[in-house]
Order: sequence, then C-alpha cells, then structure tokens
Amino acid sequence: MVTPIVQCENVRKTYQMGLITVAALRGISFDIYPGEYISIMGPSGCGKSTLLNLLGCLDRPTEGHYRLGGDDVSQLDDDHLSAIRGKRLGFIFQSYNLIQQLTVLENIEVPLYYQGRPEAECRAISTELAGRVGLEQRLHHRPFELSGGQQQRVAIARALVNDPLVILADEPTGNLDSTSGADILKIFANLNRNGKTLILVTHDPGIAKHCSRTIRLRDGEVESDVRH
Amino acid sequence: MSGTNTIVTVIRGFDVARLRRTMRLGLKTLWMHRLRSLLTVLGIVFGVCSVIAMLAIGEGASYEAQEQIAKLGSQNIILTSTKPSDDQKLSQSGRTSFVLQYGLTYQDLNRLRLTIPGITIVVPSRIMRDYVWNISRRVDSEINGTVPWYPEMRNHRVASGRFFTMTDMDNCTSVCVLGAETVPILFPFDSPVGRDVRIGSDYYRVIGVMEPRSKVVQPDTSPGAAKPAAHQIFIPLETAKTRYGEVLLKRRTGSLEAEHVQLHEVTVRVHNRNRVLAVADAVKEVMERNHKKKDYEVVVPLELLRQAERTKQIFNIVLGSIAAISLLVGGIGIMNIMLATVTERTREIGIRRALGANRRDILTQFLIESVILAGTGGVLGVVFGILIPFFVSHFAGMKTIITFWSPVVAFSISAVVGIVFGLYPARRAALMDPVEALRHE
Repeated sequence: MVTPIVQCENVRKTYQMGLITVAALRGISFDIYPGEYISIMGPSGCGKSTLLNLLGCLDRPTEGHYRLGGDDVSQLDDDHLSAIRGKRLGFIFQSYNLIQQLTVLENIEVPLYYQGRPEAECRAISTELAGRVGLEQRLHHRPFELSGGQQQRVAIARALVNDPLVILADEPTGNLDSTSGADILKIFANLNRNGKTLILVTHDPGIAKHCSRTIRLRDGEVESDVRH
Repeated sequence: MSGTNTIVTVIRGFDVARLRRTMRLGLKTLWMHRLRSLLTVLGIVFGVCSVIAMLAIGEGASYEAQEQIAKLGSQNIILTSTKPSDDQKLSQSGRTSFVLQYGLTYQDLNRLRLTIPGITIVVPSRIMRDYVWNISRRVDSEINGTVPWYPEMRNHRVASGRFFTMTDMDNCTSVCVLGAETVPILFPFDSPVGRDVRIGSDYYRVIGVMEPRSKVVQPDTSPGAAKPAAHQIFIPLETAKTRYGEVLLKRRTGSLEAEHVQLHEVTVRVHNRNRVLAVADAVKEVMERNHKKKDYEVVVPLELLRQAERTKQIFNIVLGSIAAISLLVGGIGIMNIMLATVTERTREIGIRRALGANRRDILTQFLIESVILAGTGGVLGVVFGILIPFFVSHFAGMKTIITFWSPVVAFSISAVVGIVFGLYPARRAALMDPVEALRHE
C-alpha cells in the first residue's frame, strides 16, 4: 500500500479581522500520493491561497491536521517549519520571485545554502539542474537579463534543487506568454513522469487538464475532487 | 510536541563557512547600492576619523606641555623674584627710592633650609642681563650665576665640556658655560670650549656647553621679572656676586634704575615625591610670613603637571562626548538606511523564508550588512584619522601622537554601533510573516 505524502484532515483556517472572524478554510480533507500531478482550482476568494500557504508550511492551520511525509507539521514552531520548507518543499511562484542581486546559479543554490550544505556541493547540484532546465549558457546572468520564461525555469531549478517531496506552483504560467507557458508545462509534465509530485494552483482550465487530478474549492470547502 | 525534533534538524550554532558566505552576500548587496552605502557610511567615517585625529592632536599638545613642565623637575619648587607692582612700591615707603630693593634673599634661603624638613639641595641663582662678546660677535643674554648642581637639579645637562665645580665657586674663577643657543652666534665655526668670552669688562673661560633646551613656558611673566631668554650663560654664583655686586644698574630709555636683588631664582628640591605639594605649601607660608610685599613667586612644576593632566582629562571628556554624539548620529544613519532596505527587500525576505531560511538566518543577514557598513566606516575613519594628524604635524608643525588604543577603540565602537543600530532593523526583518512578505509588492 502506498502511503500518502500529503494528508489534510479537516483543516480549518480562520482569520481575525478586527471584530469579525473570517473563515478562509472550513474543514478540508484530502490525501495526495507520490507521483500525483494535482491542480487546485476555484474562483478568487475561495481559499486557494490560504490552502497553498498551509501546504507550503508558511502558515499553520487553526484546526485540523496536516501531515507532510508522514509527520504532523500543523503545530510546529517557526524554526522547524522553516527547516521543513527547506527540505521537503519546492516553491514556484507566478512572478518567479528570484532574488535580483544573485546570479542564476546563486538563485538556484539558495535552498541548499539554508540547509548548510557545503559550497562546492551546492555549486555542482545547481549547475546540473540549470542544465536540465536549459540554462547552461546563462549561469552567471542576473534575473533582469533573462526573459520571463527563462526566469521561471530558474525558479523551477531552484524548486528542484533540494529534491523536495512536493513541488508547489502558484499560477506558474500566469505571467508568461502562451509559448513560454507551454514550455513550462512541458517541463512539469516531464518532472511528473519522473515521479515528482506537483501541486498547481491555477484558474486556467486549460492547464488543469494537463493534470492527473483536479481539486476544486468553493467558499473554503472542497467542491469536487476528480481524478482524470 | 515531543517528537517534533526528530522530524527535521534545525540548524543552530555557529558556522564560519556559512558566515563567510553571508558576508559575501552582504558585500555584494551593498556594492549594488554603492552610492547609498557610501553615504550611509560617511557618518561613521567622520565620527571615527574626528575622534582619532582630535585625540592625536590633543595628546601631542599635552605631551609637549608635560615635557616642558617635567624639565622644570617634578620634585622641584621654584621660587623667583618678581618686581613688586608700582603701587606696592609707593605704599611701602611713600616715595620711590633710587635703589629698589626686593626679591629673594640669602636669609630666605637659610630660613627654608632650616625650617622645612625633607628639602635637601637648594639651587639659588642670580640672573643678570648683559651682552656676551666673542671679539666682535655679541649676543644679548641672560647671565645666570648659579651653583654647580644646577644641571642635575633642573634636568638641563651639559652637552660638551663640564659644568663648574665647587672649587670654581670657592675661588670665584672666571669660567662660564654657554647655553646651546648662544653657540652658533658666538662661535659659528669652531668649538667654544677652551675659548674666552667677554661679559661686560671681564673675560671668562668657556668650560662647557649646555644641551639645547626647548622654549620653556614659564608661567610667571610679570614685567620686570627676570624673563627666561633663549640665550643663557652660566657662571658660578660666587663669581657673579663679586663681579656684579648686589645692586644692579639698569639702563632704561631716559632713566637709570638700580635694583637690589640678592637672588633671582631659588630651586628647592623635595626628597619625597609624594610630599611635594605639602612642602610647597610650607614654603609658601614661610615666604609669606617674611615678605610683606609680594616680591616673589612660587612655581610648583608638579602642580602644573597635575593641572595639565586635569586639563587633558577635561579635554578627553569633551572629545569623548563629541565622539559619542557623532557615532550616535552615524549609527542612526545606518539604522535609517537599514530600515528602508528591509522594507524595500520585504519580498526577498519572503522568498528566502519560503526557501527554508529561519528567523535567525534573516537576522544574521541584515545584521551582517549593517556591521559591514559600520565596519567599513570604521576602517575608513581610522585611515583618515591617522592621515589627518600626519598632515597636521607635517604642515602646521604641531606635534601629534596617535596612541595605539585610539584607533582600536574607535574602530571597536563603530562595530558595536553597527550591531546596536542594526539589531532593530534586522529583528524587524526576521519577525516578518513569510506570507505577508511574499505578498508584498
């Protein structure tokens, strides 16, 4: 039997906004198994971002349990959450979120740096990954010297560098033209074929159909959970 | 929560390699904003530089003053005759006598010797002013009739030849020792030792030359008192007495004035260094009791030394406050820029947090940047602070002393300023919520 790498168990998240308590997630439960390629969809305000933050260990649920790789991480302290993010998660953002003063290679290295890995090792892994996303000619360029598609590929390499359990992508093609977007999706499909677990947050049904499973949210609850 | 520690290892503790990488990153980031970093650093540069430069100049000035005072001898008490002011002269006798009598007497000398314990050698001297001639060369100089132990007592050594001895004193021999300053004028080509000079109508054999003496700043410069002149010649006291007598004739413009002065200067040496001030008080009292008018002056070099030290202390306190204020201003400048930087780089903080950085990593990163700023400011400040006194002493001819500790202290303070003023912005960066930070535009 395959154990799920992500387990959400009645996860709730409420925010206190002045006197009003806003419930962003009202009890979400699902399991994600290794090798799945999942898209999370839903209209704006449905709790997608909140869910992504929780899945990314950037935030803690108010109630319920979230297990990542078998460990309950829902009530860990900040230092442990940071370490978990660095070791088990890869992030890809809509606006690439590369660090401007660093070169391509240095950007890819960042997660390894925070794990305290030796410099030479970081260099080797990053160079290899930059090659895999087709940026071997651009290792020492700065982000502003690259096109959007290239920047997103740097971000993908950075998300892969720590060999994470799950890669979380938030609208990864949102800022890209259709050709670059298609390139990125091709890379994702490739990664998934090689066994990577990907979670994509998107509102584009065209992208969702590349995935093996779609979770739809509405008003902080799971509306549908379909495997294609 | 007992099992949480086993899930992942949180990196804690100190790692030199990591620190070095963080420093490199900080340098790179600061280098990207060169102008801004430079301007931020200027406050610290000026602070550190002014501290070192001012301390060096102050130290140099006080060193010179102390050296001069030390030359008078810290164990000495120097009594000098001063001409009483005119109104005192009149009130004393009701009329101006032709022969003005004032000053220290041989009786004073005896009294001091007999009544105050712990003083051993007393150097009396009579000071006359006259021309000293070598054939046709002449110099207006101060003829100092004194005792053989003068050089030892006043820290004024003989450079060549010898000083006169007791035998010279007893026999009233006509010998003299030239002050170094007179030599180039009287004997520009050859050694004066063994030659003769004429003072007034008498010839004296030159037996020695004194060491050059830097201008002594005598605190007493009341008019009429024997002012220290650059040109000095020493003759035995007994010789001076027989040659010049007790009455000195002074030719002034349009008048002739005679003065009866027995001794112009008496140097009292106190044996115990710690009792100098007490003995000085005793001396003052003995003198006061026996002189109705204030025709003498008591100078205590140790007192002057203490005074100089106090002045220096005050100077240091003032400097310290100026330094503290300028470093404070520099520190605030750093804090201001770091706060702006933190806000500007909120997104970067969010990214780093998402990629696994914990609060300490972020704190360290920003703290290192502010320490680099302050440290660079400190280094530049030390460099300028050492260069400026160098230029001052080179071009203005002032003595400057850079003590070893002043650059060290100034630099360490700047580093501390970097930490103190960097801590708040760095903490602010570290405590940012990663979600909020990532959303920041």
